[in-house]
Amino acid sequence: MKSSQLESVWGYVFIFPWILGMLFFTAGPIIASVFLSFCEWDLITPIKWVGLQNYIKLFMDDPRFWKSLYNTLFYTAMSVPLQLVAGITIAVLMNQQVRLIKVFRTIFYLPSVTAGVASSIIWMWLFNPDVGLINYFLAIFGIHGPLWLASEFWAKPVYVIMSLWGVGGGMLVYLAGLQGIPAALYEAASIDGANSFQKFIHVTLPMLSPIIFFNLVILVIQSFQIFTQAYVMSGGSGAPADSTLFYVVYLYQMGFRFHQMGYASALAWILFLITLGATLLLFRFSGWVHYEGNVKEK
Amino acid sequence: MAGLNLNQEAINRKKIKRIIIFGIICILGFIMLIPFLWMISTSLKIPTEVFSMPPQWIPWPPQWINYVSAWAPKGLPETFNTYLKNTLIITFFNTLGAIVSSSFVAFGFARLKFKGRDFMFILLLGTMMIPVQVTMIPQFILFRSLGWIDTFLPLIVPNFFAISAFNVFLLRQFFMTLPPELDEAALIDGCNYFDIYWRIIMPLSWPVVATIAVFSFVYNWNDFLNPLIYLNSSSNFTLALGLQTFTTVYGSSYHLMMAASMLMLLPIIVVFFIGQKYFIEGIATTGLKG
Repeated sequence: MKSSQLESVWGYVFIFPWILGMLFFTAGPIIASVFLSFCEWDLITPIKWVGLQNYIKLFMDDPRFWKSLYNTLFYTAMSVPLQLVAGITIAVLMNQQVRLIKVFRTIFYLPSVTAGVASSIIWMWLFNPDVGLINYFLAIFGIHGPLWLASEFWAKPVYVIMSLWGVGGGMLVYLAGLQGIPAALYEAASIDGANSFQKFIHVTLPMLSPIIFFNLVILVIQSFQIFTQAYVMSGGSGAPADSTLFYVVYLYQMGFRFHQMGYASALAWILFLITLGATLLLFRFSGWVHYEGNVKEK
Repeated sequence: MAGLNLNQEAINRKKIKRIIIFGIICILGFIMLIPFLWMISTSLKIPTEVFSMPPQWIPWPPQWINYVSAWAPKGLPETFNTYLKNTLIITFFNTLGAIVSSSFVAFGFARLKFKGRDFMFILLLGTMMIPVQVTMIPQFILFRSLGWIDTFLPLIVPNFFAISAFNVFLLRQFFMTLPPELDEAALIDGCNYFDIYWRIIMPLSWPVVATIAVFSFVYNWNDFLNPLIYLNSSSNFTLALGLQTFTTVYGSSYHLMMAASMLMLLPIIVVFFIGQKYFIEGIATTGLKG
């Protein structure tokens, strides 16, 4: 055998686990999921082809679908901009040369690795309306704190505040980006008489914009998939009055509580199309992103 | 002399600015820590202290017994021994599977030439776009038909087939930075490609492998959705599931809930401090060079 042929054979040997995994756990399920979304199946009675009925029912006759979509969009619209601003601000602070900076970076990053059931429980306790730390703090300023998770209006903001606690992951990416900005740019701006704020607007933000854009896309996709916190804090119900019934919580209920496999698959594809649409929209309006070495036509 | 004074003034102003920034960082850092501190504080209280107003930050005497009560709760059929054992098994195998299979596949993509390679690599990156919710239901049906429900197999087996495109991508990027002369020299010395992978490339790649190990550990330790779907009997529960069940039974015993949460978080925090170098490097190498 020629050495290039031998190399080819070895190449396929090496990627073979991925090919198998791809077929059984990704490609196969994707095809099955498309098919299922046109069927009705409760795992017990025989599977039944229903055509577009699941999709029609979703849009025409399912208030909980619209409610969950609204909740998820509300959460995304509130938490993504706040997470962006908070992440960039903290990254800029973490890029300063002050004492103990490594310790502080660790502190800010830590909550993003502890995300999950335990963190949700801690926040339930902090947001306890009667004896929680947050309402106690508000009471110091004479504010009578709301019922938070028990209130239809204030339940979603709890998740937004929690998401701010976890900005450490984004912060690290911005920080890496900040450290890659050439010092010469700041020196040139100083010579031109720019102050710190002007330098931030005209040097830092444009140079960081590709990373901001990357984080924006990731944040939007992640926000659409909010699940664990909402499941733990509402016991999987989306209470009160479905105000924390986020999209994936609803999908979970449909698939794994009510065993409507076809309907849940249709929900999953709508979720995919929404995230795809949102991503394309973000790319469409990404004129503000500055790519170094990419000279734009005037 | 005037110039010197001006200089001195500028230095002073810089100093003040630095002190203000340091102050802001301290305050924000403290706010980030409050949930953890409040958890620890609550976990060491007696029930009446938990609800006392104004809040008491340092409970005295500290009730270490809460940790014992939370570890073996009377209201649940299992102790945290079971949850911990299950979580350790799943996390161990998933981390092992992720490292072995992702690095094996990444080696093929990074260092061997074969027909269709680039197309398949793009396909691999494309799978990152598909949300897990799409494949979740057919996967459940597949594992159900194999009789794997309420076992660890649905949680573990996919990890041995390089299911994480992110891991393959990260390792491939790293393998590409190693000089190709290494492989050529090894081939002349009579090594086959498996030897090159195992005896040359892997030993040079331990920082990235460690990154993946740490990420995988944290992901599996915290994972809630997959165990929730596949594990039914409480003897199979992971820490995340056990803790969630715990809250449904002990919903008003905050001192016990905080002790149980602390027990779940402690290993993550320890691993985080050991592996923080890899966290930071891992993100810096993948997040930016697209």
